[in-house]
Amino acid sequence: MALKASDLAVGSTYDETIVDNLTRTQLVQYAGTSGDYNPLHTDEVFAKEVAGYPTVFAHGMCTMGMTGKALTNWVGDGRLTKYGVRFKAQVWPGDTLKATAEVTELREEGGVHYADITVSTVNQDGTEVIQGSATARLDP
Amino acid sequence: MAFRFPVEASHIMMFARSVGDKNPLYYDDEYAAGTEVGHILPPPTFYQSSAQFNPDYFLRPKIDEPWFGSGKAPTGVDPSAGGGGGTGLHAEQHFEYHQPVKPGDVLTVETKPGESWEKQGRRGGKLIFNESITEYRNQDGELVVTARSVGVQTEKVVEQD
Repeated sequence: MALKASDLAVGSTYDETIVDNLTRTQLVQYAGTSGDYNPLHTDEVFAKEVAGYPTVFAHGMCTMGMTGKALTNWVGDGRLTKYGVRFKAQVWPGDTLKATAEVTELREEGGVHYADITVSTVNQDGTEVIQGSATARLDP
Repeated sequence: MAFRFPVEASHIMMFARSVGDKNPLYYDDEYAAGTEVGHILPPPTFYQSSAQFNPDYFLRPKIDEPWFGSGKAPTGVDPSAGGGGGTGLHAEQHFEYHQPVKPGDVLTVETKPGESWEKQGRRGGKLIFNESITEYRNQDGELVVTARSVGVQTEKVVEQD
């Protein structure tokens, strides 16, 4: 089901908990599917003893992917025309993340309706880990 | 240098699992056939997984070559050759979707360098940003996805607040 322009207003929001207690195993899964095997994300010994981090941390793209799930759950499948993010802070095992999306503009181009959307993903402490934007094609 | 990225249903299914997305559009052919899209569609950030097919991708262990992750030692390469604790991190990622992609498509992926700039960071010393633009074209030559990636190189490990 896709969103209808007539059901939205500037300021309409949607939020979703995109991960509850992020596991190291999920980071292993993400490494395996994305092909990003940087040991910073899956190899505790390397992350601590060589790179100097407290433990492994999530691929930014894993958090972007989870945030994308919130967007597609809201706007519908195959409706995104743009999706971009900035990575603001690292995401660690055990984190619980919530993504909040908000309509900033509704417009019509060539008879097609679009929503411009901002998205922000925060961790359990309220720290923003991703700040992004997207555009979705809407039903009238 | 361009390389080929065959889009496969099992890769899409496993990718969706790895971002915790249980939408049946990503694995169930019959369900997908009944949707507006009409076929299995990759999740929005799937295209970055083209790295699996990039012969030169530096974050994948190469057979018979030393790997910088841990084995007997915390790293498999000479630590004295390291860059003083600095790290390459992903700063931004943007996608534009032009045409739908489905399993069976074979995309041609070509990455070109974009702009570079420097900034003084609060936590990691001097920051060097490098942009790259990646175009994904399908077997019919149509541009299906454009990606813009910004990487940042820090002089030292990012301090934790």
